[in-house]
Amino acid sequence: MRGPDVSTSAKLASAISAQFTARARWSPLEVLFWLAALATIWLAPDHHLILTEIVIWALLALSLDLILGYAGIISLGHAAFFGIGAYTAGLLAKHALVSEPVLALLVSGAAGAAFGFLTSFLVLRGTDLTRLMVTLGVALLVREIANRAAWLTGGADGLQGIGMEPVLGLFRFDLYGHTAYAYSLVVLFVLFVIARRIVGSPFGLSLQAIKGNPLRASAVGIGQTWRLVGIYTLAAAYAGVAGGLLTQTTAFTSLESLSFDRSADALLVLIIGGTGHLYGGLIGAVVFRFAQDWISAATPQYWQFWIGLFLVLIVLVGRDRIGSWVAPVRRLADRVSDWRAWRRPPAVEPTAPGEGGRP
Amino acid sequence: MRVKVLTPLAVALGLMAAGPASAQGVVKIGVIEAMTGQQQSTGVQTLAAMRLYMQQHGDTVAGKKIELIVKDDGAVADNAKRLAQELIVRDKVNVLVGFAVTPTALAVAPLATEAKIPTIVANAGTSIITERSPYLLRTSFTLPQSSVIIGEWAAKNGIKKVVTIVSDYAPGADSEKTFTEAFTKGGGQVVEALKVPLAAPDFAPFLQRARDASPDAVFVFVPSGQGATFVKQFIERGLDKAGIRIIGPGDVTDDDLLNGMGDQVIGTVTAHMYSADHPSELNKKYVEAFKKANNGLRPNFMSVGGYDAMHLIYEALKKTNGDTNGDKLMAAMKGMAWESPRGPISIDPETRDIVQNIYIRKVEKKNGELYNVEFATFEAVKDPGKAKK
Repeated sequence: MRGPDVSTSAKLASAISAQFTARARWSPLEVLFWLAALATIWLAPDHHLILTEIVIWALLALSLDLILGYAGIISLGHAAFFGIGAYTAGLLAKHALVSEPVLALLVSGAAGAAFGFLTSFLVLRGTDLTRLMVTLGVALLVREIANRAAWLTGGADGLQGIGMEPVLGLFRFDLYGHTAYAYSLVVLFVLFVIARRIVGSPFGLSLQAIKGNPLRASAVGIGQTWRLVGIYTLAAAYAGVAGGLLTQTTAFTSLESLSFDRSADALLVLIIGGTGHLYGGLIGAVVFRFAQDWISAATPQYWQFWIGLFLVLIVLVGRDRIGSWVAPVRRLADRVSDWRAWRRPPAVEPTAPGEGGRP
Repeated sequence: MRVKVLTPLAVALGLMAAGPASAQGVVKIGVIEAMTGQQQSTGVQTLAAMRLYMQQHGDTVAGKKIELIVKDDGAVADNAKRLAQELIVRDKVNVLVGFAVTPTALAVAPLATEAKIPTIVANAGTSIITERSPYLLRTSFTLPQSSVIIGEWAAKNGIKKVVTIVSDYAPGADSEKTFTEAFTKGGGQVVEALKVPLAAPDFAPFLQRARDASPDAVFVFVPSGQGATFVKQFIERGLDKAGIRIIGPGDVTDDDLLNGMGDQVIGTVTAHMYSADHPSELNKKYVEAFKKANNGLRPNFMSVGGYDAMHLIYEALKKTNGDTNGDKLMAAMKGMAWESPRGPISIDPETRDIVQNIYIRKVEKKNGELYNVEFATFEAVKDPGKAKK
């Protein structure tokens, strides 16, 4: 094999570098999104409870997006990691092992990651259908173990008697959910930024290559095993943190956190919002929970029928994802600023050295 | 980041100081019930009875309009807790009612304490619930109430060997424990104690094991709504033909489902606090009005919990002259005694738990329908789970 022409390579390198820089840059729409989220802290104090829940759903869906949207691993058992995180946080608080919530949350994430690492090897084998079955099976196993181990988990009665310490020793969890919401939102933002960084990195791109065509990816020298193990473990850590957040903000957890319903709903949330663009889970969570809340308040006995109908309609009308509904807004934003310049054929001009330019 | 968290805290403190302000002239009752899922019959019955009470007694008490805000928790504790918090914070309810299963009531208890909201357990029956918060009261029943009495009755009535089958959660454990104590004290023997998963139960393998032990009777507790499945599988496995009887608290021969169980259940003896067949004038009217308002649905023991919860709220509001302060309402509710469709009942001022008659009943056919016919009464039974302490 002959090495490429040196001058072309330099050109290519700068173009790639330019592309990475542009990718890492925050678009105005994204900034707007997060500013809006931040604003809800002050603008919607009456809705902090449901917003906290939305943040937790968003984090779980984000975690699922990491494996489904970026690595093409479909899972129906994501609740396993969520539940493990939830019970870890609950047990740590209940027995005062790690009483500071942020630290306990890290441990919950680590617990999720550890279990994710162990089970990732099962997921490596087989294709989509096998993966569905394996992840589903693992989640059912974990749930049943939690059900049987009532001495530890409280069984079907749920884990009672969790008392939460103030966050960082400063902010007490209040009845109105203000602290819980601010805390969850910060966690979501931090984890989102990390995820954004990772999927934009060469590691993230190589995952997408594997997702696109595993055979071709291997042919160009992208090894699958450790990349898939890595992203699966990371996603499990995210799910564990989401579960830990749920326990910490509600001071309670039960088998529901490990249930099949939660896995399925997480997938639903992600599909509503669209996979493979990180914001899908976030948007999906907002739509899903508000719709659920509104419909179930309107008709407590038959709301499940309406939510079903609503979801079918969303998928039919929205076709692909709600994210595409904002396309006109995106175009408008394009006109206002040139933030999507990198989409055009890379210009040859050199990139300005600056922070954030490093992939 | 620090400012971001501090501000809402300041808002929170301000709100707490103001207390749960209620709109002038309206008393909001937050109802958290299982309107969907396995326990949905409980939610439907309880809510129907609450609405019936309002229909019979008007929706205005002491100058205040009563408003129900109904939320479905699907009998899931996480949901119950979240909904309770939302009802307290967002809807500013004055009273909470409902709780189809024990875990939901336990999950809400800390919130009741924190917000000082009177919380009436209209369904769940585990003894410890009312100990979890000074703002909890109960209008349903406790499992030890009926389990102890059926245990004593069984020991005296020629039943020597029993296999227990209970749902594997707190009330099941309560029921099994108190029954076993009373039954063995009376000279009986529990040869095997089986626990069935709460969700999606399949009783068949447990029934097979029960049959292999060839007891005189099977003691069973399953939550309201699962009784029909249990009896069906009991008959399919031929336990009735093997001469094994069903005994237990009355949850298994739930009035709501009894007619669909078939004639094989005739003769089943249970102990419970309510039967649609209870021979009182008040109950006859209650059953009639309930059926009329609900397409012929027969009221079950869960419904009276809802009906009496409404009575408790109405009477307490009359006593406080419409004042909805949590502590004042609690004071008014404690010790209240009245005539319910199930018979005379009162709220124990010490434990905030219900004191009521427990009846021994036998399933019989009356006018072509199956009923739990009461034949013995134990008067003013307190919760044995607490009496021991």
